[in-house]
Amino acid sequence: MKINWFKYASPTAFYPLAGRLVPVLFGASLVLILFSLYWGFFETPDRLGGTNPQKEYYRIIFIHVPSAWMSMWLYLVLAAWAAIGLVFNTRLSFMMANAVAPTGAIFTFIALWTGAFWGRPSWGTYWDWDPRLTSELILFFLYIGYIALHSAIDDVRRADRASALLAIVGLVMLPVIFWSINCPDPNQCAALHQRSSLSDIESNILTAMLTMTLAFWIYSFAAAFARLRSIILTREGDSTWVRGVLEREASA
Amino acid sequence: MLKVFTCILTRDLTLALRRRTDVLTTLFFFVIVVSLFPLGVGSEREMLRELGPGVVWVAALLASMLALERLFAADFDDGTLEQMLLTGQPLSLLVLAKVIAHWLLTGLPLVIVAPLVAMQYHLDPAAVWIMMASLLVGTPILSLLGAIGAALTLGLRGGGILLSLLILPLYIPVLVYGSGAVSVSMIEIADTVPYFYLLGAFLLMALLFAPLASAAALRISTE
Amino acid sequence: MMEFLRQGGYAFFVWSAFGMTFLLLVAEVVQLRLSRRTILSRMGRLARLRERNAPHRGESR
Repeated sequence: MKINWFKYASPTAFYPLAGRLVPVLFGASLVLILFSLYWGFFETPDRLGGTNPQKEYYRIIFIHVPSAWMSMWLYLVLAAWAAIGLVFNTRLSFMMANAVAPTGAIFTFIALWTGAFWGRPSWGTYWDWDPRLTSELILFFLYIGYIALHSAIDDVRRADRASALLAIVGLVMLPVIFWSINCPDPNQCAALHQRSSLSDIESNILTAMLTMTLAFWIYSFAAAFARLRSIILTREGDSTWVRGVLEREASA
Repeated sequence: MLKVFTCILTRDLTLALRRRTDVLTTLFFFVIVVSLFPLGVGSEREMLRELGPGVVWVAALLASMLALERLFAADFDDGTLEQMLLTGQPLSLLVLAKVIAHWLLTGLPLVIVAPLVAMQYHLDPAAVWIMMASLLVGTPILSLLGAIGAALTLGLRGGGILLSLLILPLYIPVLVYGSGAVSVSMIEIADTVPYFYLLGAFLLMALLFAPLASAAALRISTE
Repeated sequence: MMEFLRQGGYAFFVWSAFGMTFLLLVAEVVQLRLSRRTILSRMGRLARLRERNAPHRGESR
């Protein structure tokens, strides 16, 4: 049997598939978010002891860490689709990169915001020029740059390729930037964030945190697919299949 | 191939020397930004010595940003760029020639006036030398990276502001180690050599990859 | 219930963080729905325009 790997690589085939997936994914992520919130607020201790005592405010971890993970992961996804688009010249990959960017920027902002409200009670300050905070801020700037460049160019083909190239340059520079922020003095390095290790975390907290990560991950899929559908509609508005879709959706 | 390289280099230099104001504007922008800081934050000696390296480097970043907009714009407007794309010579080489010309006109002058602005911040002679050296190694990286942004934003309205939005985050490593080297040189026991190794490594990487990326960006922008 | 809302006196920090997060996510979903609706209505308008113009062209031929 021959499997057609590229069946869903064309917007025509992908549009209805995404349409069926979006509500399912949104629903699944909502369920997981509610579960994680319940678990995080009612099944975990109010206070943490140990080397780094924390009070109720540590619960921000349930959104802070997952959103920080998502912000980095989505930039990888964005750059990967951009690279695939440049190499294979497929329309859908560029659209995919485009659809991921705003969601990634939102998660980056959430990570910064929640970090500020966690930092205030635990470090005594909303903002500190800590390496990880600074890196996250730079990541936010890279997302904004990608979106700004894409929206500044009117010609869609040029906008796609130019912003894809920018995303790849950003990805190449990212380790260097992060490293330079992490270690401004090559003779020695220091950091405010304690080194984290998942195995040190209490299992109830871990459950809530990982469920939230999964929820955000599914949410990203849902949001990106929903945005992708809009992008497909605007770009291919003149083709016959889109007109067919419109008629069907108007009658439904 | 070398002939094309030198040809473009001398052409850009000659063109710029006929219109000297462009070069001088960048230079005076740098000097003015650096001179404004003490007026804003106060003229206390110790504080200025501490702020000096960072201020000079940020001003250098902004000055090189300011000049980048024009890197490909003039050639794009009069059609020269299109001819260059059609020559059959490797485009990255042509880009490299243009970037080097651009650096000689906007980066090198900053290195030369650095002692002057360093005086305003009461830096020691040793720190001044380090500052000149770090600018000498660092500013070519700025021109090389900036060329990518200049190629991407070619011919866009509001391109200049967009360019700074895209490229300034990429300048961070140069800023960190460039100003870091100067700050560290003021401490007796500290060693500035690792900073220069890192800056040198960045310069080599930028020399290798930035012309390729700029060439790809130019093709995207002009097709 | 009040005890839960107070979060041991850290209500401001906890609810600011959680509030902003879900505000942004909901805002994104709402924005996606709205933009989809505008696109559909605009394309519907264009389609109706085409239909209205098409018969005329047919008659003149």
